[in-house]
Parts: sequence; C-alpha cells; structure tokens
Amino acid sequence: MRVGVVVFPGSNCDRDALHAARLAGADAQLLWHAEPDLHGAEAVILPGGFAHGDYLRAGAIARFSPIMGVVREHAARGGLVLGICNGFQVLTEAGLLPGVLRRNTTLRFEHGWVRLSVERRDTPFTRGVPEGTTLRLPIAHGEGSYYLPDVQLDALEAAGQVLFRYAPPEGNPNGSLRDIAGVVDDGGRVCGLMPHPERASEQILGSDDGMLLLRSLVESAAWHEALVG
Amino acid sequence: MARFRFGVSVMPRDGILDPQGRAVEAALPQLGADSVHDVRVGRRVELNVEATEEAHARALVERLAAELLANPLVERWHIERLEAGP
Repeated sequence: MRVGVVVFPGSNCDRDALHAARLAGADAQLLWHAEPDLHGAEAVILPGGFAHGDYLRAGAIARFSPIMGVVREHAARGGLVLGICNGFQVLTEAGLLPGVLRRNTTLRFEHGWVRLSVERRDTPFTRGVPEGTTLRLPIAHGEGSYYLPDVQLDALEAAGQVLFRYAPPEGNPNGSLRDIAGVVDDGGRVCGLMPHPERASEQILGSDDGMLLLRSLVESAAWHEALVG
Repeated sequence: MARFRFGVSVMPRDGILDPQGRAVEAALPQLGADSVHDVRVGRRVELNVEATEEAHARALVERLAAELLANPLVERWHIERLEAGP
C-alpha cells in the first residue's frame, strides 16, 4: 500500500509523516510539490510546516502548487487525503475541506499536548480507534482556530463531518468554534486536523496514539485498493 | 497594451475576531494612547496589470482578490486604482 507525503517548500513535518506512515506498514515516499504526479500513491498526506512561507495566509499559495491538481483528482476519485496542521490549512484554502483556520484567539503560537475526542469511528481515518478512546497528541500552530459561519457549522455537525474535538483536561487551545480540531469532507475521504499524529508515533515520543489514525489510514487505503483496484 | 496599477486592501470582516488587532490595541496604553479603540489589522497588496483597458484590468484584480489575496469566508477587500507606480 503506497502513501505519498507531499513536500512543499517550507514543509517541515514531511520526514516525520514519512516515518510514521512506514511504521504503519505503508510503502511511503515523498512527493515534490512541483511535480503533478502521485506516483501511484493510494493515500496522500499533506504534512505540517509553513508551505511557501505561509505568506498571504497559511495554505493560500500552496493551494496553487502543481501537485494540488492531482491531489484534487485523487480526492474526486474517492482517494484518501490526510492534511495535518499546515496540510489542513492547505486543504481548507483549496476548498477540499470546509472552513478556515484563523489566528489563535489566544494571540500566541500554541504548542503542547492536547486530548481529542473522536466523534466518529466509521471513517477511514478512525476505524482502528477503540471505542471510548481519547487521543493524546501534540499541537504546534499559530493559526489553528477553526471557523465557519454558524449556519454552515450547524450543517457540518448535522452531516457528521466534525471528526475530532479538543477535550478536557487541556481543552480547546486556540479558540476553535465548537472545539473543532479536525473535520472530514462530505464524502468522508478527505480529512484535516491541527494536532500532529505523526509526532505521536512511538511511546518514546510521549504517546503513540497517532498510530491509531495512521494505521487506520493505511489499512483503509489497502482495503479500498483491493476493492476497486 | 497599457499598464494599470491597483491597490487591494484586505480586512477581516466585521464581527470576525481579529487577534492581531487586539494585540496591537493591547500595546497602545504603553504609548499613552488609551483613547484608541477598535483596532483592526489587514493587509495591503499593490500590483500592476497589463491590459487594453482599465475595466479588464480591474476585473482581473477582482478575481485575484476573491481567489487568492483574500479568503472571502473571513475577509473583505477594497480595490482602488493608483497612479502608475514602479
């Protein structure tokens, strides 16, 4: 099962994502943003960092990188896409996920450990998470405050597209509306979250909860491949 | 073809929390400027467009503003024609 990790100029979690995807059993490789080719990847990860320097707005310029055209086609075919932190910002700017990630309301770059409740376990990203589990993952971002106008938020909730919420004891670190930490698209095949599962891939890092998500992704992609070829 | 210069001012939409503006406002009392309120911080982009007429140039800038320079979900923008610049 092949996973492609996109490298934008300014990505800085690409190697961590590559490592975690390989730990999860994937044949993972890096994909340079300027080349519009997924090299057969069945799942694509947009990693954390500061793509194109985060100039203008986080993700605003990365959206126009040549690889994003094939990522969009991949998603339209039902292919899996996971955006982590800056990758989440890129997906919202690209219109592949709803909403926008604004500057933290705390006026600070926020980093540290958070807890996440998993709102749905029937998605390709969470199918391996045991029932009742809250995830312990690290965050590191200045612009992670999830926003959508109220009416659209209600629709998002009703459609079951809120996948992760910040949970006690640490709670909401950035002012995200309704404690939203991660969402999926309406087809459930594109996911973005601000916390970093790839940085919680081994116990020695303080938590390996991130592997629950990465293993789910790899297993789902393998399953999808077996089903549709 | 002629060259037209525009300025695009991008601001957070009314009612949208602006942490940058709030941070700036929090510093003002240090300047003795505690009579200053409601600070909002945006961004300004200036650019030249080659076009046969101003209306075409302006329409292009409008599209750039909506698709790249601003995020319509949380920002509004204002376009103005400038004197020929650099």
